[in-house]
Amino acid sequence: MKHLDEYRDISLAKPLVEELKNAVTKPLRVMEVCGSHTMAIFRNGLRTILPEGMELVSGPGCPVCVTSASHMDAFIAMADMENVRVTIFGDLFRVPGTHNSLAIASSQGAKVDIVYSPMDALEIAKKHPDELIVFLGVGFETTTPGIAATILAAKTQNVPNFVVFSTQKTMPPPMEALLSDPDLKIDGLLCPGHVSSIIGAGAWTPLAEKYNLACVVGGFETVDLLKSLILLARQVGNNDIKVENSYPRAVAWESNKRAENMVARIFEPADMDWRGLGRIPNSGLRIRKEFSDFDAEVRFDIVLPEAEEPKGCLCGNILKGMNSPMECPLFDTRCTPANPIGPCMVSSEGTCAAYHKYGRDL
Amino acid sequence: MSEKTILLDHGSGGLASQQLISDLFIKHLDNPILRSLEDSAILPNRPGNLAFTTDSYVVDPIFFPGGDIGKLAVHGTINDLAMRGAEPLCLSLGLILEEGLLLSDLEKIIISIAQSCKEAGVPVVTGDTKVVPRGKGDKIFINTSGIGFVPVDLDISSKKAKEGDAVILSGTMGDHGITIMTRRAGVALQGDLRSDTMALHGLVKALLADLPGSVHTLRDPTRGGVATTLNEIAENSGLSIELNADALPVRPEVNAACELLGLEPLYLANEGKCLAIVDGKFADKALALMNSRAEGKDAAIIGKLVAGKAGRVVINTPVGGTRVVMPLHGMPLPRIC
Repeated sequence: MKHLDEYRDISLAKPLVEELKNAVTKPLRVMEVCGSHTMAIFRNGLRTILPEGMELVSGPGCPVCVTSASHMDAFIAMADMENVRVTIFGDLFRVPGTHNSLAIASSQGAKVDIVYSPMDALEIAKKHPDELIVFLGVGFETTTPGIAATILAAKTQNVPNFVVFSTQKTMPPPMEALLSDPDLKIDGLLCPGHVSSIIGAGAWTPLAEKYNLACVVGGFETVDLLKSLILLARQVGNNDIKVENSYPRAVAWESNKRAENMVARIFEPADMDWRGLGRIPNSGLRIRKEFSDFDAEVRFDIVLPEAEEPKGCLCGNILKGMNSPMECPLFDTRCTPANPIGPCMVSSEGTCAAYHKYGRDL
Repeated sequence: MSEKTILLDHGSGGLASQQLISDLFIKHLDNPILRSLEDSAILPNRPGNLAFTTDSYVVDPIFFPGGDIGKLAVHGTINDLAMRGAEPLCLSLGLILEEGLLLSDLEKIIISIAQSCKEAGVPVVTGDTKVVPRGKGDKIFINTSGIGFVPVDLDISSKKAKEGDAVILSGTMGDHGITIMTRRAGVALQGDLRSDTMALHGLVKALLADLPGSVHTLRDPTRGGVATTLNEIAENSGLSIELNADALPVRPEVNAACELLGLEPLYLANEGKCLAIVDGKFADKALALMNSRAEGKDAAIIGKLVAGKAGRVVINTPVGGTRVVMPLHGMPLPRIC
């Protein structure tokens, strides 16, 4: 595949492994913020060939993992209602709420459809005018513009039986919340490539400056990953801290204005609950009043109950990169991909799922 | 006039049932044993052990590029027999039809079953049909059982895999799984995605004839894919398996669709592939034989059995790293982004 195979070209990647070894001159701890980075790193077996002195910890960038149990409970409650059909991205299906999951609710008769795009959910709404179709908006900057466009399409096409439950989140605020924790010792961030394609590489500058944090926006293929890690090691080694963009084929320094305008038209900032991190001010997006006909929280008059985090689960600390999955007493014992307790085990992008799938015994 | 459909009458055992049997089943699947329409088929015996297997087919959609539910039901059961080294003798055919199924669709499926049986040389010798009310089924469910003969001295099984054995995959991974998933999701992708459904008993017969005693294990990596089947082989043999990432055969179209949907070819179903665990010394010979036949033209040696923790499967990645390959948990779900 063009623009993919060349970034997996092993004749290019092999010398980079050597270059990375030479680049690490000071010990450094790097957080890969994005769940897709976690998966890509495991897929390439990079953790097994990291040079001594370099440590990778996984951050909070899996949108399914950080969806709070109270949100899951509300999703499940809606799915259980008569004449309501919820539509979801696939990996939300098995996410545990307090007592239940959408998978269990579905087996008991709740209507749950897996879709690949919010626009598919809108099409379902048109086909089922007798049902209220709820799209569960879960995701970061990458998925928000598509959801905004779908709400706009629902309004223009006058589809009254389509609503969105927004738990959309934005990336910089939780990173700020994490980094202000003095226990968190991080020297650099491998910044999320897809999120940065919307917010721009420049969006990481305030964090880099405030916390003296090496920041490299990276892609997801073998060559991308190695290149980004080399840049991070050099920044730390040379004490030349800045934001670098090693994913210029997808990410610009400036934000994507068209996407931003679309999002700003439909959504406004709101406080948001994060699994494991708690409520973070202005870290989420709610649907503006003007579009409240398409807001599930307004239509259903939802008041979110307080949900308890599962006992013994270290997902909160794992999302902060303060514990590794191996240190969790539930990991691979009570909590497995077949029967997940914590959210990090549910999504294939979750840190625990990635460790379970790729990292056990290594 | 609206198209003819399956009615509850067709499952009554009365005239409508008999008509279905003579106009459709006997017409297309005809052979002396089936034709006798007795309560059970009497089969000629011969020396050797019997292999006996059963499988049910509930695939949605029932027609897909590369095949249909009928073809799958024939190939799947034949392959299960072949994976124990058995020569398939005959099949049973159980149909559960949903009221309202188009008769024309049923006929298409029966013709496809007849064709697949003819090509494979394995007849349907007994059958049954039931009809369930609309909404109580999903168009058509099929069960096929199969009987085959195995020479008394042949023991092909996962337990027989030995240290130093080569792992040969008979062709590309994931073709069936991704075809069904993209069809089900209504994802229109360019490129030729098609199921690989195929009978493998011919390939197996040739392998066993040419490499007596060297083929230790045969498995067809259907649901759960190559990853899950290899985990089972490693578990049952008490060994580890090391795979070479570069050697895994995947068609570019399948790879592209997997990238898009966040799936891994290693975990997708195959319906016309086998994993052969072969004495390392004869691996090249086995590969050459497979490559010389249509069923195995894309076959590749993908790894080997090594001493180590029982049940552990790892991949050596191109950059020199390793990763563990776990079996599939739950169903493969597409990722959010």
